[in-house]
Amino acid sequence: METTVQQFPPFREGAAHHGHDDHGHGEHHEPNFWQKYIFSTDHKVIGIQYGFMALCFMLFGFFLMLLMRWQIAHPQMPVPFFGPILEKILGQPAAGGAISPELYNSFGAMHGTIMVFLGVVPLAFAAFGNYVVPLMIGAPDMTFPRINMASFHAFFLGGIVMLVSFFIPGGAAQAGWTSYSPLATTIPTNGQAFWLVGMVLLITSSLLGAVNFIATIIQLRAPGMTWMRLPWFVWAQFVTAFILLLAFPPLEAAGVLQLMDNVAGTSFFLPTGLAVGGQLADRSGGGSPLLWQHLFWFLGHPEVYVLILPAMGIVIEVIANNTRKPIWGYKSLVYSVLGVGFLSFIVWAHHMYLTGMGQKIATFFQATTMMISVPSVIILTCMFLSLWGGAIRINTPMLFALGFLPMFGIGGLTGLPLGLAACDLYLHDTYYIIAHFHYVVAPGTIFALFAGVYFWFPKMTGRKMNEFWGRVHFWCSFAFMNIVFMPMFVQGIKGMLRRMSDGGINYSAARVPNAIDALPGTAMQMNGVILWAAICLGIAQIPFIINLFWSISHGEKVGTNPWRATTLDWQTPTPPPHGNFAHEPHVTHGPYEYSMPGAAEDFTPQDAPADKTATAHKPAH
Amino acid sequence: MEIPYTINARPDTGLYNAKLGIWLFLASEVMLFGGLFSAYILLRVSQPPGGWPHGWLDVRLGTVNTLLLALSAITTLLAWAACKVREFGKFKFFHGCTILLALTFLGIKSYEYHDKWIHYEIQLTNGKIDDGHLIEKSADFDLAKKTGTVTLHGREVDNHVELMDLRSPAAQSAKLDEMTIAAADIKKMENYGPRHNTFTAIYFTLTGLHALHIFGGTLVIFYFWGPGSKLYKTDPERFTNRIEVSGLFWHFVDLVWIFLFPVLYLT
Amino acid sequence: MSEQPVSLNSYIRLCAVVFVVVLCTTASMIATSYAHIGTSNDWTLKVAIILAIAVVNAFLVAGYLMHLLSEKKLVYTVLIFTVFFFIGLVGLTMWAMHDFPPGTASH
Repeated sequence: METTVQQFPPFREGAAHHGHDDHGHGEHHEPNFWQKYIFSTDHKVIGIQYGFMALCFMLFGFFLMLLMRWQIAHPQMPVPFFGPILEKILGQPAAGGAISPELYNSFGAMHGTIMVFLGVVPLAFAAFGNYVVPLMIGAPDMTFPRINMASFHAFFLGGIVMLVSFFIPGGAAQAGWTSYSPLATTIPTNGQAFWLVGMVLLITSSLLGAVNFIATIIQLRAPGMTWMRLPWFVWAQFVTAFILLLAFPPLEAAGVLQLMDNVAGTSFFLPTGLAVGGQLADRSGGGSPLLWQHLFWFLGHPEVYVLILPAMGIVIEVIANNTRKPIWGYKSLVYSVLGVGFLSFIVWAHHMYLTGMGQKIATFFQATTMMISVPSVIILTCMFLSLWGGAIRINTPMLFALGFLPMFGIGGLTGLPLGLAACDLYLHDTYYIIAHFHYVVAPGTIFALFAGVYFWFPKMTGRKMNEFWGRVHFWCSFAFMNIVFMPMFVQGIKGMLRRMSDGGINYSAARVPNAIDALPGTAMQMNGVILWAAICLGIAQIPFIINLFWSISHGEKVGTNPWRATTLDWQTPTPPPHGNFAHEPHVTHGPYEYSMPGAAEDFTPQDAPADKTATAHKPAH
Repeated sequence: MEIPYTINARPDTGLYNAKLGIWLFLASEVMLFGGLFSAYILLRVSQPPGGWPHGWLDVRLGTVNTLLLALSAITTLLAWAACKVREFGKFKFFHGCTILLALTFLGIKSYEYHDKWIHYEIQLTNGKIDDGHLIEKSADFDLAKKTGTVTLHGREVDNHVELMDLRSPAAQSAKLDEMTIAAADIKKMENYGPRHNTFTAIYFTLTGLHALHIFGGTLVIFYFWGPGSKLYKTDPERFTNRIEVSGLFWHFVDLVWIFLFPVLYLT
Repeated sequence: MSEQPVSLNSYIRLCAVVFVVVLCTTASMIATSYAHIGTSNDWTLKVAIILAIAVVNAFLVAGYLMHLLSEKKLVYTVLIFTVFFFIGLVGLTMWAMHDFPPGTASH
């Protein structure tokens, strides 16, 4: 899919007197390989770069999880097949091909970090956002293409730093993706410092991206593309960008402070009287471990909305398209996403109910947490109601979008007992939490992202992915995701704590038969089931990977708008050329004008000529 | 390929792209320095009474730096105004001043950092504390082997608490002398670097990050003053916008100092 | 660009005024810092006064030198939200670190 540079462009802004743009005066020039694929400033190339890298990181993060699940189900037993390889690469921490507790901890910390910051956020926000948003709003590119390129390279560098940390003496970060002090400072490895440097690079990448997205959506909407005519996907990305812009910097500040603790011997997060290894630490003290937690979760909570909102955006687009009717409650969706974005900044300490906070402050955060569930439920409700009365078309993207709905429902509902402080006291740090957040992100967000890949693949390549294998991918993933994560709710309620490298065996009824709350055999047996389900889940991704690459050259060829969609991204040539649109689009219709009474087709593109009949362009509300 | 509104404002927002972009970026910077300031507040408030030092920084140098930055903010604005009225020579003059003022600021800051670096607190084996600036270490000075001597210009106190409030009458009236200390008598020797206590830690971190921003801003302004200024001849409006946008960044850096100075030096 | 070119002199006048005011505010902050307020050496009140003067200073720089006072609504809307979230960060964190169940206070 060669994207040749198009001959001179689409549309110019007004006056003729300015003039020297980057490519010279109306001449062809063919960029070389480096300019086209590695150092491109075109948002579509950058989107694909992000997408490809993110999928690679996600696969790697998945593999780390498989190693951890093996250790949990078979503590201290050598990993089959991969054990010797691990020992060869990592040495002592993988002695005998078994995963030592330190190695397990580093896998745990890095699995979380990689999946969140190198996998889901770059895929959901940067990849899909970069590719689709300028197309959807009728823009030629992002407002700041070179900053866009810089943000990708910062992300790439951050990823390299994170991966390299596995190979340094002492290993990668081992203090969880949350990197709590004082543990994060006293662990004898430089892996924590690498993690912090990697995070600073990733945060920089996100901040640059956020500025770009917000400026683009505000400034580069095509004529007629009013705020209330924006596809909801764009609204979701807009709010996500604001969250990233304002919530990430305090974590960057905290990261700098923790880096100072690790490298310069300061005591920002180290309390007075800290003892390490039985000896008083040679530190000034006077710091506060809780301060790190506050600064971390100030980002940490809005971060989860960064993970879910773009995914919800994709689901809305796919549902509208495959029900052939406008989305139910567009205005409610817009106000809800704004509400979620705003409230997400003042709920964070519900991650800290066990830190000894007083009743008043805990009640405050509990109240705001309960409040934020309202707009989230409104969004989910609008999605469900949009199905009512629709001419539902089942294809792979729609299957994933439909699958998202109950999965996010489970994830969201199981979050309610966690938001209530009294209940959270018991459930905190158990496998219930792991089940809750994985339900929202794994069969939640990631399903939506799969939907997005299958959905926009024809726009990027001019071919559809294979439908049969897409359905195999969906049904297998759906089944195995649930088998992996549903038992974890049960394990958590029975008291199994998270981050235990031995899978809880030292607390089990088998080992300590007289203990009151020993983990019962049923809970322990689930570890074995989960391991098998996880392996099968991994195998279920193979058809997807093969399908993705094979379809680029062998997939069924399709036209420019195979899904018969209304949004502007589908009104471009395939693949969209440099500059995207041959003529500046003029938007005259809302985003989801499917099956409009009086219209010739069952969909009306946003830039179709304005219709005279009153009903035809009555906006869906 | 043309991206609209790079030079002219979009009618409904009244902004050109880079201006919106820089304000968004500055909003994120407010949260960045805000995160650090919140750390400062929390660390300070959670100290026991008498646990937070006063008067450890030279107010005169801080005041000079404050005025230098304020003046540079003004020359920055005037540089932009000169571009707007197309007086290139005046632009060169004003931003030349900005660069010189910035470099002077950094020079004074380096001097202050150095001052802290050679300021030692030495806990003696007899329980007393010697505190002062390093004059010299003897050639055979080795703390581990307990050989040699070190000479400070400072004073001796009985208790660490006496070193905390340098604004107190007691500290103000203390006499500073030259003291030579044998390595054998030293229990612990530490300079006033970041690890010394949470005040120095947050001081170096806050002013260090701020100084990095000054340095970066100076580089950008120097680029526009020097090699980048040739854009003025071909597209003066676009060049003026760049001066405005970089000027906004510079003003923000001054804004941060407006809070850093009182918080660190005056309280 | 949305602004009309104005004469350089009017800007110089504005800057001179702002600079003089900055000189005064800086001097008053220093004076407050060294003043003896009340009988005991109570820093809390001093800090509050000094910070209030700093806010005035910041207002001048932001308002006039960054021409925030004449800036478009979009810009200061973003900044108002930013300030709100910053206050939330500091305020809620401080509240959280000082609200303890009775009998469990650290320091």
